[in-house]
Amino acid sequence: MFRNQYDSDVTVWSPQGRLHQVEYAMEAVKLGSATVGLKNSDYAVLVALRRAASELSSSQRKIIPIDDHLGISIAGITADARVLSNYLRTECLNYKYAYGARYPVSRLISNLGNKMQVTTQRYDRRPYGVGLLVAGYDERGPHIFQVDPSANFFNCKAMSIGSRSQSARTYLERNISSKGRDFVCTKDELICHGIQAIRGSLPNDEDSESPLLNISIAIVGKDQPFKILDDVESKKYLDMAKKLPAPPAPSDDVPSTGGDDDEDKPGDAPPDPQVLVGTMER
Amino acid sequence: MYSHNNFIQTELWKGGPVPGQFYNFPGTSQDINAGNITAPGLYGSNRSSSPITTGTSVIGVKFDGGVMIAADNLVSYGSLARYQDVQRVFKINEKTIIGAGGDFADFQSLKRSIDQKMVEDMCYQDDIEMQPKSLYNWLTRILYNRRSRVNPLWLEMVVGGMQDGVPFLGHVDLRGRAYEDDVVATGFGKHFALPLVREQISEGRLLSQSEASQVLRKCMEVLYYRDCRAISKYSVAVSTAQGTIVQGPFEVNQNWQLATLVKGY
Repeated sequence: MFRNQYDSDVTVWSPQGRLHQVEYAMEAVKLGSATVGLKNSDYAVLVALRRAASELSSSQRKIIPIDDHLGISIAGITADARVLSNYLRTECLNYKYAYGARYPVSRLISNLGNKMQVTTQRYDRRPYGVGLLVAGYDERGPHIFQVDPSANFFNCKAMSIGSRSQSARTYLERNISSKGRDFVCTKDELICHGIQAIRGSLPNDEDSESPLLNISIAIVGKDQPFKILDDVESKKYLDMAKKLPAPPAPSDDVPSTGGDDDEDKPGDAPPDPQVLVGTMER
Repeated sequence: MYSHNNFIQTELWKGGPVPGQFYNFPGTSQDINAGNITAPGLYGSNRSSSPITTGTSVIGVKFDGGVMIAADNLVSYGSLARYQDVQRVFKINEKTIIGAGGDFADFQSLKRSIDQKMVEDMCYQDDIEMQPKSLYNWLTRILYNRRSRVNPLWLEMVVGGMQDGVPFLGHVDLRGRAYEDDVVATGFGKHFALPLVREQISEGRLLSQSEASQVLRKCMEVLYYRDCRAISKYSVAVSTAQGTIVQGPFEVNQNWQLATLVKGY
């Protein structure tokens, strides 16, 4: 049942200085289907794989709109994500009421981080089992944030989370401009990059054709309120992306995050530092 | 955690009907909610139904590239010129300035909350500062909230500053009324100063900074002569793209030679 004797409670330290329950919660993110976030100088884009839980059910919603300037895509326990999105929506609405302005994305995320941290320090709580990619646009321009169940959050140029997301990160690392803070390309190219990046995360058995239709795309940016693209628009971009060459297969020269495989036992050794695709100071 | 303040009750439905109980109407004898600021106090005391220590007019003008707010340095106790060296215009941050007329105690209490917000802004360490429009909006919320509790903050305020590089000037008062304009004034200044400034503004042209400071000086002079609750000493807060600063105190020009012709002087 237990992987070791120090993981029975979030508040219990292991002698190596690790909190196993928090690390297990991080594993929940890797069970969710992959999602990618990326940005250029004016837009932030989210792309997510939607997969149905069974043949008989509809697919889960992966992208949740929060406010006109903000939305999230999720990987992990969807129910937890709903609670967090409810919190984010309330905060944005209250901010708009009090100040008549959009909630600055970095502040919203740091407050969310504070809320999530509490669950990692109390015996009567459990960490949220969901990872978020937040796409937002404010006076500082577009933002992509990654938020973990460990309550860490990172300001990213581009990022992907979820199952088999390493290949997407590899794609992003290879295609991001070396000098710029983020992708230097048009809005359409940015969306295509997102689709290309997530292609590699598709399960092998379901390849090119139908599953691509199970991709959700959302965009937010300058003069562009947060919008989840409808089927017609998604199809347009999928066709556009399909004409591009297939993304390179992940190779060994990129250090693995140990992200995707379930054999990665948190109990064995300290995990490798996670490769963060282009995190930035602010 | 940071969003605590004394003016908005944070509970969503405080004072509302608890299931199985009656609505707690304001002014009813039994005060179910501890800390209710609407109902009279323990011995029927009622505060803020009239102002006590007051400041008089505040005048704000937009000029080419910024905003200026002027007010004299007097806080009166009734008709007594009680405190004659009090600042009534303030720098809030590098983008925002404010001037207050009305009950000065109410303003001081509100100012504490605003200053606390500036400290919170600083604590985030993200170089995001409160914009004048945001402060203006927040003040209308606070003031309207208090007027709805029949316990207004007896204030008439001018908020100014640079909003995204463009001058902003607004006026809010004790009922939560709010408007923006190129020139605003409070109290007596609405009657005496507004026409004087508007005379100087031709259609579609803003004043230059020196013109604005001259016209404010003229306004403060006229107000000193005509408004019995004004004194000759005034301060000016200025906001431009370079930042904000409070200047003064200045002394208005005064000439009492004419007074010798008045019978009984």
